[in-house]
Amino acid sequence: MKGTGEMKTVFAGILSVAVIVGLLLSGIPARAASPAAGSPIKVGFSVSLSGDFSADGKAILQGYNLWAADVNKHGGLLGRKVQLVHYDDASSTSQVATNYTKLIRSDKVDLTFGPFSSLLTIPATSVARRYGYAFLAPAGGGPSVFQQHFNNFFFVQPSPVADNLVSFCRWLLKLPKSKRPTTAAYITIDDPFAKPEIDTAKALLSSHGIKTVYNTVLASETTDAQPIGVAAAHAHPQVVLVGSPGPALAVSLTHIFIQQHFNPKALIATSGPDQGKTFSKSVGIKNTEGIMVPEGWWFGAKTYKNTQFINEYLAAYGGTVADISQDVPEAYSAGQVAQQAITKIHSLDNAKLIAQLHHGTFQTVQGAMRFDSAGRPQGQSFIVQWRNGNTIPVYPPSYAVKSVEYPKPNWH
Amino acid sequence: MDLIYGAIVTGILTGGVYALMASGLTLVFGVMDIINVGQGALVVLGAYLTYALQQHLHLDPFLTLLITIPALFLVGVAMQVTLIRRLKRDRTMLSILVTFAVALIIEGLLTQFFSADLVKIDAPYVDASFPIGSVYIAYVYLYGFLLSVGLLAALYIFLYRTKFGQGIRATVQNRVAAELIGINIARVETITFGIGVSLAAAGGMVYGATNTFSPVSAYDLISRLLVIIILGGTGSLFGALVAALLMLIVENITSVVWSPTWSTLVFYVILAAFLLFRPQGIFGKLATRQQ
Repeated sequence: MKGTGEMKTVFAGILSVAVIVGLLLSGIPARAASPAAGSPIKVGFSVSLSGDFSADGKAILQGYNLWAADVNKHGGLLGRKVQLVHYDDASSTSQVATNYTKLIRSDKVDLTFGPFSSLLTIPATSVARRYGYAFLAPAGGGPSVFQQHFNNFFFVQPSPVADNLVSFCRWLLKLPKSKRPTTAAYITIDDPFAKPEIDTAKALLSSHGIKTVYNTVLASETTDAQPIGVAAAHAHPQVVLVGSPGPALAVSLTHIFIQQHFNPKALIATSGPDQGKTFSKSVGIKNTEGIMVPEGWWFGAKTYKNTQFINEYLAAYGGTVADISQDVPEAYSAGQVAQQAITKIHSLDNAKLIAQLHHGTFQTVQGAMRFDSAGRPQGQSFIVQWRNGNTIPVYPPSYAVKSVEYPKPNWH
Repeated sequence: MDLIYGAIVTGILTGGVYALMASGLTLVFGVMDIINVGQGALVVLGAYLTYALQQHLHLDPFLTLLITIPALFLVGVAMQVTLIRRLKRDRTMLSILVTFAVALIIEGLLTQFFSADLVKIDAPYVDASFPIGSVYIAYVYLYGFLLSVGLLAALYIFLYRTKFGQGIRATVQNRVAAELIGINIARVETITFGIGVSLAAAGGMVYGATNTFSPVSAYDLISRLLVIIILGGTGSLFGALVAALLMLIVENITSVVWSPTWSTLVFYVILAAFLLFRPQGIFGKLATRQQ
């Protein structure tokens, strides 16, 4: 019996060693085997098709789909078709990590693109870095992402998220002193995308003497903005800056301000007014007049292949240009950057790709794009304003089609 | 001071609507020991039905209730007959899984039909408001509150002034004894579940007129509704009303006086402290029997 017991112990030991070795081997970066010529290039990504980020996730998927269709229509990438492989992450930080592990280890994708939001981007980029993959992210450029010092991360928007309201502040501070507002209110969701934008703007405006009369941060689970909207209106700020990761807060506050008969001279939200018809239908088309939002893309911009992108979108999804969410061109741009970098190095080697992305300049529908050592884009966003039912760029002058309508007209 | 006063008034008006949404949940739990975690999704379904009727038939949101309340009653009856009634063992636990599955199906269907975009129910009284001191109250909050009070009063009369209501209350008190004196338990459960779900139609209409919503709004809603029925005492209609008012007033005052960051936390601290001393909630199940 003793012998049997010893045998069991030895067997258990061998099994344990085998399991440990197996686990260790599973952590070794997967080297993409040289794919057979003619087999498709697999591009893997996770998207939020359910949960809190599902609206943005679906728009990002549209952008990737349009890019892949365009590439395939024009002969593919390096002469091979592009095949998209994606999974729903249900807006969950744990699921997104699982998805990228699966994409890299099981599906053996050649490239990885990003999901929506800074929350999901951090775990996703960590997985991609572990396996040596470049990570092109159309969303998720909050400071918390750059603080991770990922060398494989590239944020494909004109400027880091935290700087999105800088153009707006510059416009405000350039107003003649007699017209410049003297008081401001800041309302933001406690979110890694929205809050840094408001923090940067508040620091900039405060340092130039614009008094903060109301400043509040809402917990991300807040469902009812009524009390804070009323309190903000009662502080009578001349300008209101709203940090909203999605359209909900911007829409709610607009309704509350209408109900309170409160008309700020300028109102800007970091997200919401960029959602086209979704926004105008929610607040009423007349009440959109004068509301502003920072943008990285505009349908009328003379940027690389912008007209072609719009035509492809309208052919695939219908509607009008006003229906195009910002997420769509951002995702399309990620594809454009990858395409140009890969064409330049003529390889799918991710180490070479990362090096190229750090040094090259790339043309996208959002304009020219280049990145610093942390993957920060080196451009700037611009301000668009709702005018007669459409959004048009109003600042800085290099982007502006019209000057800013100021003060904003009263609510209807 | 005006802001605190406004926060209390808004808290009362919004709390009434939450009480209406939670009443269906607490009624079903009281009668059937079923936790319908799909109630949040059903509220959102009610909001979308109103939205669709308004978009296509241009009906006033309140008028749409003539269609959506019976429609959701039938949905509730169908759920009870096809899913809940088949649960013979561990009904409370299994009902959570089954109704969660229903919530996921509803979310998927709504996303398919309406997309994941946020929408809002619109009407002239949504943005129109009247002053109370220096604070304006939107008419939609007042109308929503009046609707909630009216429906809760009707439900109370149904439960306490009709023979069928007596049957429901008898089932709450003692299921076996109720069956022994000839009450058709299966019928009581089916109709109770239908009523519980139909209340989501009214709650959903007001919710959709006071908030933007999307198919995923159900997750935020159900967590708040469950808290309301636990604090109020599971099975107690009056408890749901008191708990909903308390929750919304505490959150609103905290938002205005301190910070919205802490509004939810303050309420949950009060909830935890209260449940330490009175785990059955404000009115509990015993109190329900004496209403």
